[in-house]
Parts: sequence; structure tokens; C-alpha cells
Amino acid sequence: MAGRRRGRLSVWRFITLRLLQAIPVILVVITATFFLVRIAPGGPFDSEKPVTREVRAALEAQYRLDLPLHRQYLSYLGDLARGDLGPSFKYSGRSVNELIAAGFPVTAELGLYALLVALVVGGGAGIIAALKPHTAQDYLPMSAAMIGICMPSFLLGPLLVLVFGIHLDWLPVSGWGDISGDKVLPSITLGAAYAAYIARLGRAGMLEVLHQDYIRTARAKGLPQWQVVLKHGLRGGLLPVVAFLGPAFAGLLAGSFVVETIFQIPGLGRFYVQAAFNRDYTMILGTTVFLSVLIVLFNLLSDILAAWMNPRLRAQYGRH
Amino acid sequence: MPSALFSALPAVAIALLLSACGTGESNVVSGNRDGILHYGNGSEPQGLDPHVVTGIPENHIVRALFEGLAVKNPYTLEPEPGVARSWDISDDGRVITFHINPRARWSNGDAMSAHDYVWSWQRLLSPAMGAEYNYMLFPVKNARAFASGDITDFAEVGVKALDDLTLQVTLTERTPYFLQLMDHYSTFAVHRPTVEKFGGATNRFTRWTRVENMVSNGAFRLKEWLLNRRIVVEKSATYWDRDRVRLNGVVYYPTENVVSEERMFRVGQLHYTQSVPLDKIPVYRQMPDSPYVQAPYLGTYYFLLNTTRPPLDDVRVRRALSLAVDRDKLNDTVLMGTVVSAYSITPPDTLGYYPPKLFGHDAQRARELLAQAGYPGGAGWPGLELTYNTSEDHRKIAVALQQMWQDTLDIEVSLANQEWKVYLDSVTQMHFQVARRGWIGDYVDPNNFLDLFLTGGGNNNTGFADPRYDELILEQAPRAATRRERFAIFHAAETRLMQQMPIIPIYTYTSKHLIHPSVRGMPSNLMDSLNLKYVWLDRQWQADGGGG
Amino acid sequence: MSTETLAEIARAERGTSLWADAWLRLRRNKLALIGFAVLSLFVVIALLTPWIAPYSYQAQNLELGASPPSAQHWLGTDIFGRDLLTQILYGGRISLAVGFVATAVALLIGVTWGAIAGYAGGRVDAVMMRLVDILYALPFMIFIVLLTVVFGRNLLLLFLAIGAVEWLTMARIMRGQIQSLRQQEFVEAAISLGLSPATLIRRHLVPNALGPIIVYTTLTIPSVMLLEAFLSFLGLGVQPPQTSWGLLISYGAETMEEYPWLLVFPGLALTLTLFCLNFLGDGLRDALDVRGARD
Repeated sequence: MAGRRRGRLSVWRFITLRLLQAIPVILVVITATFFLVRIAPGGPFDSEKPVTREVRAALEAQYRLDLPLHRQYLSYLGDLARGDLGPSFKYSGRSVNELIAAGFPVTAELGLYALLVALVVGGGAGIIAALKPHTAQDYLPMSAAMIGICMPSFLLGPLLVLVFGIHLDWLPVSGWGDISGDKVLPSITLGAAYAAYIARLGRAGMLEVLHQDYIRTARAKGLPQWQVVLKHGLRGGLLPVVAFLGPAFAGLLAGSFVVETIFQIPGLGRFYVQAAFNRDYTMILGTTVFLSVLIVLFNLLSDILAAWMNPRLRAQYGRH
Repeated sequence: MPSALFSALPAVAIALLLSACGTGESNVVSGNRDGILHYGNGSEPQGLDPHVVTGIPENHIVRALFEGLAVKNPYTLEPEPGVARSWDISDDGRVITFHINPRARWSNGDAMSAHDYVWSWQRLLSPAMGAEYNYMLFPVKNARAFASGDITDFAEVGVKALDDLTLQVTLTERTPYFLQLMDHYSTFAVHRPTVEKFGGATNRFTRWTRVENMVSNGAFRLKEWLLNRRIVVEKSATYWDRDRVRLNGVVYYPTENVVSEERMFRVGQLHYTQSVPLDKIPVYRQMPDSPYVQAPYLGTYYFLLNTTRPPLDDVRVRRALSLAVDRDKLNDTVLMGTVVSAYSITPPDTLGYYPPKLFGHDAQRARELLAQAGYPGGAGWPGLELTYNTSEDHRKIAVALQQMWQDTLDIEVSLANQEWKVYLDSVTQMHFQVARRGWIGDYVDPNNFLDLFLTGGGNNNTGFADPRYDELILEQAPRAATRRERFAIFHAAETRLMQQMPIIPIYTYTSKHLIHPSVRGMPSNLMDSLNLKYVWLDRQWQADGGGG
Repeated sequence: MSTETLAEIARAERGTSLWADAWLRLRRNKLALIGFAVLSLFVVIALLTPWIAPYSYQAQNLELGASPPSAQHWLGTDIFGRDLLTQILYGGRISLAVGFVATAVALLIGVTWGAIAGYAGGRVDAVMMRLVDILYALPFMIFIVLLTVVFGRNLLLLFLAIGAVEWLTMARIMRGQIQSLRQQEFVEAAISLGLSPATLIRRHLVPNALGPIIVYTTLTIPSVMLLEAFLSFLGLGVQPPQTSWGLLISYGAETMEEYPWLLVFPGLALTLTLFCLNFLGDGLRDALDVRGARD
């Protein structure tokens, strides 16, 4: 049986296996993306004032687009193997590596704060609600969460700016690390959407777990409520949250675009989305490869975390 | 881990509150004190190499860092001395001799010379460079042939350094707007040793424009370049006319989102915005001492009609559609009175030229024309699709037009918004029936608008082909001896164009900015052209109790 | 008796009582019933919109422009002078259809995919979940642009495109749930009783894993409605003068200071829908929670 075989896997073997699986995943992503962007209408050199045939030919030669497609593809793979993501089509004289290096730390920091906001606010609300379902203690935080979901960041961001940036004049309306406090509103804006999800999923997961036998056993042993919740409830109850968080965190890269635009934040999200709009072939590929590595890593992390939180699975991993 | 998270909660809350205390001194206040202009620039520039870049945000920064042979006076748009102290024009208008200012310097102290221009123009025109704006120099003798590779010896091109300080340019024919082109960034000189040191003349992938490498010749020099965050320039110590430069520096912000830009302006983070959200304009207009500045702009908003496919191959249908559009009503309502209704392609008062006005809003006549074309009261109408690229403002105009055509002509028109590159593809391939288009002039001359519709022209995109029109623009206009005669020819050509109606002109653009009242020396002009040499910040303004 | 007949009995008993009990429990939950009633009302209104809308959805009155709520226009008018109530009614048709259909597509694919991967484990699981990883990583915008170019614009495509994206997380959540249930005693017992995997998944695993899935579904519906607005900007989806709640909200957000009603009312419509969905979702979850019911 597959389940029993997996039970004997050590954590390290599991991780190695998954990382090996990542290689074909990333290769497929690269190949599909490479050809998808070439089929998409419009090229990097199309602009409102069309260029002459000679100029276009020269540009294509400079960017090696004059080679047959399969040779472009192979040379891209060759460069990639050496860690070179190529020059950007849009930002002349800049390499894709450089642009990602400039944008990613900002987006990662923003994502981290947003996640913190989401976990603290959303996780807290979900647990509090699950402890006393169908009471005010449940409805109040859950209603707030639902409003959070209905508030897309293109709405919440400007709203927060209007209230705290302009009318109250407490916080800067834009920037990242330029003026003290300018990281607060973007983090809350980006975190809110995730907080709402985490609150709802967390509540559902907790309710599920709180009915399980082992929790009842723990309660019967006379353990205090908060200990039961923290020691046993959280681990099982936040399982769906963890499954959601893996892709969610990687998805921040694309998802932070709106927040980065509203608050003028120099992050990777803007590059990622603009690259698609600009048909900046190398930039699209570069950010996609980067994103796929992140997705593989975070999905792996979330699966490990899920295994650790799942008491039964953990027991099996631990057996080894 | 979860319990640690809970104990962290109050700490996070306190940290959030602490960092929330006050936003300190605004950029406007500190900028006015230190002579630093905070400038909303629209987007991150694609680069700073004058021969590579093509956009408006790039233009703003490149023109601060570099200077052309002759520059436009921001008040009159007439050419005035830049790197060239003076120039002589031969009687036939074909030979222009520029005298380089002996005090002109590169930012590393090197003297500027006529050779810089010969080399730079060769770089711009080199086929391998693929410079998108190389056609700016096509009026120069043999420049086009060199750019297309037909001749390979640059000595045959009409650019010569007679000595270190004298540049002689020979044109194919009289080109009245040639001096204006000297203020276009594509014709600027670049510093040869620097460009060559970092990878060679025609290499687009070099690092010579980086802060640590860049050598330029303008009133400002590059001080800081943080991607998608800001670009800072500071007053150059080597600029020949530095005594007239009053600003100590400019900070350019890539303000992509116009709504965010407006909010930055409102809290005093910007002196100047690139644009103003349409819906905010009425509010700003009513303010005393209003920062809202609107001025005619050298550009036309119009719709392309695909004349190669029915029903638009019938000129009566095209005219019916155009006559049914109530441009003044559109402007007064949806567009908040921010534009000027247009009935032809060339903006009015382009260097004193006024385009013909052959028609106005005429619902009755529009219905008659449609009936003559075989669709009385919209009967038998095959349907029509209007394509536009995704944007709030384009959508508003398209929705209003859709209804005007429905109400006036009783015809169904569907809308199709497309993502930018898809839209460009549709337009160049002519996969559309009606498509939104805008044209912003590169230089002030009717020619820049009228040569769009030459047979087979890259920007024609309508299928319009009229040999007589081509002859007027290509053969007769350049031979005209006087400006009046030349404009009469243009007028005749434009009349032909609008009788055929391959386009539906909608409005003449206006430039719209929010400019802080402390900013001085920034007059509006038709090119929306800014010369930072004239700009200064009024320190007094703040002392008067303005605040920000 | 053979083991097969034993299994038959067990399955029959469990199957009928599970759904019947669930229905009984749901009927006792007032909030869930209110949610269900309001949602049904919305659907009925959406179906009847062409007959009950007070104005034509495209008729403009440019001179009137954006006007606040009044006796003629209960919810005010937009910048073209079009009645906002009418816009919301027509927008609801699109948004509800997109929300329910696209989510149903996502649910169907996601639950099936996740359940199979989670149950099978091993290589099958690895391949299926790595495929999910690949789909996560592909540049979504390019994919959408290609779709519009290849297939032109139509609503069916919109449903599929959205469903194709939204099922991924659903599959991950489902897989996690199944994996954890897979180890429980009652599953081992059922296997030893000789139930086929398909029956086991359908009868025992899926119903027991439904809690988080129902919750995620109720969250997906409103986010799908908002995603639809973004796709419209890319050229897929509804074209003016047709509209949707997502589009109305995104237009309203641009002018929230000048014309707040253009944001507030479409926003309320979406929020109300979400609340009802969640009440109904929670009710369903509680109703289907077999173990919880035994308390």
C-alpha cells in the first residue's frame, strides 16, 4: 500500500525526492512559458509609433530573436544553466537577474509583513470564533473577515490612504522605506485579503478538530481549555490554512502588484505584471522561473508543515 | 510556534502605532528650502541612453541630463542657443552651420566639440544600433540611405566637423523644422570615450548610463537611480550656463498610477504631477490658487476607420459616423471640459497653421448619408466593432460614442477593449473596423501629422491611399518658398483627407498637471516642454503661511 | 453473510442517513436558511431583471451625469447618467453566473483531483500535484491574452478560464484533508470491508473532508466575481455597455471621493451575497459534520 510505504519515508528522503521532482516541473514551466509568450500577439518592439523594418531587424539581431526558435530556446536553457536570465527587453542595459535582485527583497519583505498581519489577525479571529461557535464571539470576527474578502486591495488600499494618510495625516501615502511608517499601510492592505481567508479556513479547521476524539480525550483528562487549543487544536485545525498558505505566499509575487502600484513600492510584483504587458520575453521567463522555484519551495514547505501538524502523519514520520 | 505568535501580537501592535506617529516634513517644504523639485514622472524610464529610449518619461530625465545644439524656449518654443552658441543657415535653407559654445563641457570636464556630434549621429544612424528614433535625422543628406545600409561610408552623410567648434549639416531639402529636432533627445551627443569604454558604440546592453559611469552635458548630472523608486539629478558644476540654473536638483518619481500620484501631490510629496485623474479635475478647478494647469497640447485623439472593409469602405458611412458624434457634448460631460473638440487631424495653431473645418455635429445630415449608403434608419446595418486599448478614459469615450451612434443613426456598435500589445497588433495588422488612436507630435509642424496618412505609411492603418495627397505632402510642400505657401498646400491636402474621412477626429489633447504654487518659471506650451533652466522654487511662498 | 453484503448494508445505511440528517440539521439553522432564501431571491431577481429593471441599462443621459440617489434614481446614476440600480441588477446577472458556474467548475475539478491524489498517494500523487505546481507557475496573464486571441471573447470561455485557475488551491486543500483522513480508523475499517476506492472516496472521504472545502468555496465565489473584472481589463469577459459587480466596484473605487454611491451600492450587493453564502456554507458544514452531530 502506498500509504504504508510513504510511512517509512524519512523527512530528508521526502525533501530530496520533492526537490528532484522540481526539476521536471521547472523545465515544463520554462518550456511552456517560452513558447506561450512567443505565440501571444504583439512583440517587445511593438509601440504606438511603429519602427521601420531595418530598425526592427537590427533590434531582433541585438536580442538574438533572428535565430530559429529552437536555437533561441536552447541558448536560453544554456544561459539559464549558468544562472544568466538574459537582458531585459524593456529596461535597456539591465539584466533580468539585476531587476529581480532589485525587486525581490522588497516584495519578500512586504509579503512577510503581510503574512504576519494575516496570521496574527486572521488566525486569531479564526480561533476565537471557533471556540464559541454561533455566538457573538463567532459572528463579530467572522463578519469582519467577510468584509475583508469583499474589499479587494485596489479598494482597501486607497481607502486606508484616504483615512490614515490624508484625513488623519498619520502615515505616508506612498513609498517603501523612505519615510518612517510607510510600510504600515501596504502591509495591512496586502495582509487583509489573506487574513480573511485564514480566519475563515482557520475557523472551519478548528471546529473540525475540536470534535475529534483525541481532543475530547485531552479535555476529559482535565486539561485547561487554552492548553487543549494550543497544544492539540492548532496543529490539526490550521491544516487547511497551511495548505492554502504555500501557494498563497508564492502568489504574493503576482498578487502584490496592485499594492505595489497603489503605494509606489519598487517590488517584483510590478516587474512581473509589467513584463507581461510589455512582452518583455526574458523578463517574463525570468520572473516565471523565479516564481516556479518559489512555488515548489513553498508548497514543499507547506506540505512538510502539514505533515508535522497532522498528528497521525507525524506519528508515522516520527517512527523512523 | 503558535504561542510565540500570540505573545508577539502586542509587540506588533505597538510597533505599528509607534511608527505611525506623524509623517514629518513634506517633500514640498524641504524641497522649497533646498531647491529640490519633486517631480511625478509617470513611469520608470526604460533607460537613459538618448539614442535608445523612446518615451515621454525618458524624455523628461534625458533632457535634464543632456542638452541639444539648440533648445526650445519654453515660453515661445522658438530655438535658442544650447550647445551651439549660434548658427548660420544658407539661403536655400539646405546648409546649417552650428558654432559650438567654447564653454560647453561634459560633466567630467572634457570640452565638447563638433566631432562629438559627428560620432553621435553616426551612432544613432548605424543600422546595427537599431535606434527607433533614427528618422529624426532623415532630413540630413544621405542619412536615410546610411541607416538602411545602402551606403556604408558615413563621410557621405551630410554631417561634417569643419573644426573643433564648427559643425556643418547639409540637408536633402529645406526643412523648416530642423532646428526643433536639435532639441529632440535622439539628436543629442553622447560622450564617446564613456560609451566606448563600456561596450562600444552600437551595443545596447552596456552600463554607461549607470550613476557611477554616466557622463552627460546638461544642466544636471545623475546622482542616484533606484529602480522603480526614484531618480535624482543634481545641478552640474560643469554646465556652460550654470549661473542661470536655479534648482539644486530634481527627484523623479515613477508615478504609474495617476490616482496615487494625485494623493502624493495632496500630501505634499510632489511639486508636479504628470497627469490628473479626470474625476478630480472639477474639485481642483474650484480651489482658490488652483494648482490645476491645463493647456493645449500638440496631439489629436481620433478613431481609425478601416476603409478596406464594408461597411466602412463607403465614404458616406464614414461621414455619417463622424457627423453623428457630438464632440462638444462629449467634452462638456464625460470629459469635464478638459479638451478641445477636433474636426481634423492637425491641432489648431500648429506654428500658426489652422486646419480646415469641413463639418460639425449634424444628426440630420448623418442620417441622410447613412440612408444614401443603403442603411435608412439603420435598417440592414451589418454591425460594427469599435476597438480600444484598456483604459478608463478610452472606455468612457467609447461608451459615449456607442450610445451617440445608437441614438442618432439607430445602429448597433459593439465595443472591444484589448490589452495594449494585442491592440497594437490589431491596428498594425488592420484587424479592426474602428480603432481608437492618438498621435502626439514630435515637433511643431503640420507635416508631423499629415505625413501619417501617406499611402502605405506605417501609421496610416486605415487603407487610405490618395496619390494626389501624397504628391501634395511629399513633392509640393517641401518646395514651397514661403511658410504661407507651404501652409496653403497643407490645407489643401488636409481638406482632401477630411473629405475622404478615413479617421474620425475627436479632440485635440490638452496637457493637464497639478503644479504646486511655489513652482515658478514653468510656463505651459504646446509641446508640454519643460526647460529646467528656467524653473525655480519660491521660498517666500512657504513663509507666507502656505504650508503644503 | 459475505463481506460484500455487509459492505452493501453499511454503505446504504450511511449514505441515506448522512444526507437526510444533514438536511434536517440544515433546516434547524435559521441563519443558513436566511442566507439560502436571500441568495435564491438574488437569483430570481437576476432571472427577471429584463422585466423588472426600472431603466434600460444602456440608455445614457450625459447632461445628468453622475447624480446621487434621488426619487427618480433610487441608487443614483453613473457618469453617463445611467441608472445605478439597473446597472447593479444587470451586473448581478453576470456576476452571479460567473461566480456560481466558475466556482462549480473549480470545485468539480479541484475536489476530484485532490481526492484522487490524496487517496492514491505515491507516484500518482506526486505527478498530479507537480502538475498543479506547474499550473500555478505559468504566467496567467499571457495565458488569458492567448485565450482571447485564439477563441475570441465569450462568457463560456470566461467561466472556464476562471475555473481553470481557481481549482488549484481547492485541489491542494482537498488532498491535504484526504491524506489526513486516509489514516483514520474508520477508513482502514472500510477498506478491510472491501469497499472500492471510488466508493470509499465518494461515500466516506469526500463528505468528511467537506468542511474546509465548503468554506473555501464560499470564499471563492466573491473572489471569482472580482477576478472577472480583472479579466475584463485584459479583454476577456463582458464588454461595455454590459457590466458586472466587479466592474462596477472597480470603476467606483476610482471615484470613491467624488461619487461614493457608485462604490457603496455595488459593494453592498457583493458583501450581502458573500454574507449569505457564508451563512449557508457554515450551515452546510455543520450539517454535514457527522462527528460534530454526535455530541
